[in-house]
Amino acid sequence: MPGPDLLSSQGLRLDGRRPNELRRIRCKLGVFTQPDGSAYLEQGNTKVLAAVYGPHQASKSKTSTDGVVVNCQYSMATFSTGERKNRPRGDRKSQEMSLHLRQSLTAAIKTELYPRSQIDVYVEVLQADGGAYCASVNAATLALVDAGIPLKAYACACTASIAWRGSEPEPLVDVGHVEEAAGGVCLTVSSLPSTRSVALLELSHKLHMDYFDVVLSRAMQGCRDIEVILDRAVREHLAEGWTKQDVVTI
Amino acid sequence: MTGHVSIKLASERVNHCVAANNELPRFYTPGEVISGMQDFMRGHGTYTEDDCLKSSVAGVMQKVNKLICIRPLKSRYVGEIGDVVVGRVLEVQQRRWKIETNSRLDSVLQLSSVNLPGGELRRRSAEDEQMMRKHLQEGDLISAEVQSVFSDGSLSLHTRSLKYGKLVQGTLVKVFPSLIKRRKNHFHNLPCGISVIIGNNGYIWISPQQQDILLEDNKDEIQNYELQPVSRTDRETMARVKNCIAALVASKMMLDDTSIMFAFEESLKYDNVKDLLDPEAMLDIAFLAQHRINTVMED
Repeated sequence: MPGPDLLSSQGLRLDGRRPNELRRIRCKLGVFTQPDGSAYLEQGNTKVLAAVYGPHQASKSKTSTDGVVVNCQYSMATFSTGERKNRPRGDRKSQEMSLHLRQSLTAAIKTELYPRSQIDVYVEVLQADGGAYCASVNAATLALVDAGIPLKAYACACTASIAWRGSEPEPLVDVGHVEEAAGGVCLTVSSLPSTRSVALLELSHKLHMDYFDVVLSRAMQGCRDIEVILDRAVREHLAEGWTKQDVVTI
Repeated sequence: MTGHVSIKLASERVNHCVAANNELPRFYTPGEVISGMQDFMRGHGTYTEDDCLKSSVAGVMQKVNKLICIRPLKSRYVGEIGDVVVGRVLEVQQRRWKIETNSRLDSVLQLSSVNLPGGELRRRSAEDEQMMRKHLQEGDLISAEVQSVFSDGSLSLHTRSLKYGKLVQGTLVKVFPSLIKRRKNHFHNLPCGISVIIGNNGYIWISPQQQDILLEDNKDEIQNYELQPVSRTDRETMARVKNCIAALVASKMMLDDTSIMFAFEESLKYDNVKDLLDPEAMLDIAFLAQHRINTVMED
């Protein structure tokens, strides 16, 4: 079942990357002062802002005594896609993304620590160039870290696809918009790489069982690579922001 | 109308860092293993998994004997008994007020733990429960002290002292609670004629200094005092203090009366209060204030 031609004869992808290369990730923590935590993340041309409010008192209808309620809102700016969007949030796709985002973040947050509380996560996609969901999860994780909310581990998300070099399958990591639009399969994995567990798995098209393992392991490898990048960004942020009082032992 | 507009390139953004930190402490990030489980106690910001003690927040380690905590750079306010807080009334309920104090859960102010205005003693009656809204209504700001912490982490406040109570006529500044130093006194009358309440929860109240009217326990006069106009110079000084605090916060400097006063004195070379909002001016003030704090510390 040879798919569309995603690899050149030299083994390079449409945007010139090798199959196992991520797009460039640039990120910054603490971009806003008003929310408790915020982050900006660029993954290639996909640009995402995330803001976290809380934990604060949950509204009466949502309150739960077992743990914190995570409330997510995923919205795409009207100018984020090639064709202008009419509804930035509230359409079916955004609602689905919000639910998926909540699933990934709930897996990472130590929810049992804050009963009767609520954490609001607002994600705004400024430019969508493939993998908007992954960038949202990664940005939201950084924003949660910035807000000082206890996490079990970083939640990282990455996509993977498959291409053919001759008759050999070659998995591709971090699928861009062009590759997505070319009609290949796209496997989205959201995971906690340091605990080796998966929070969310989504497949856009049919994929033969035989190739599923290679694609999944490539996506997991992508998550681990992203975790390293996020960890480095967090450490840089800490190095900038720490004060002497933090280290004083009591 | 033409105004003075300055637009900067993103690359020329001001770096607000003032402290010369050559030596970095060891940082921990979520999911990082701190040590094996044996002979350590699990504190805030840590959890155990697979016989290992792991960090759950990003920050620096604080160790007390065997207890290990990881302290994040910023988080919501975690109250302790005796803290001074500034809060906003959210709701009037049966015999209590719900107060928003930047904490994880809303705080509670019991009707039995307030002093009524004018120092008048309260009679337990249905009548004074109906008078609650007259005393404090939704949206009012109060200063209070933490009386106790409930098991779920929410706070119970009290205002059983003349220095606590409703706040009128002033400015509220919200900063991250981690920037506030715990001190003996959080009520300061600055020499510039302004009084500030530095709440432990990161809410700072700036108001013109109260005259001694409160000592005469005449209720009517207190009510009249609330409505007195504030002079223009007082308002300008308040705005200047507010901008100084903003400058210190942008450079992540600890806030107490000395740092605010130093920043205020350094800011006097800028005649216009609004000039202080300029990023370069903010950095300048923070840098000079930090320098003066360092000199004081050395002496």
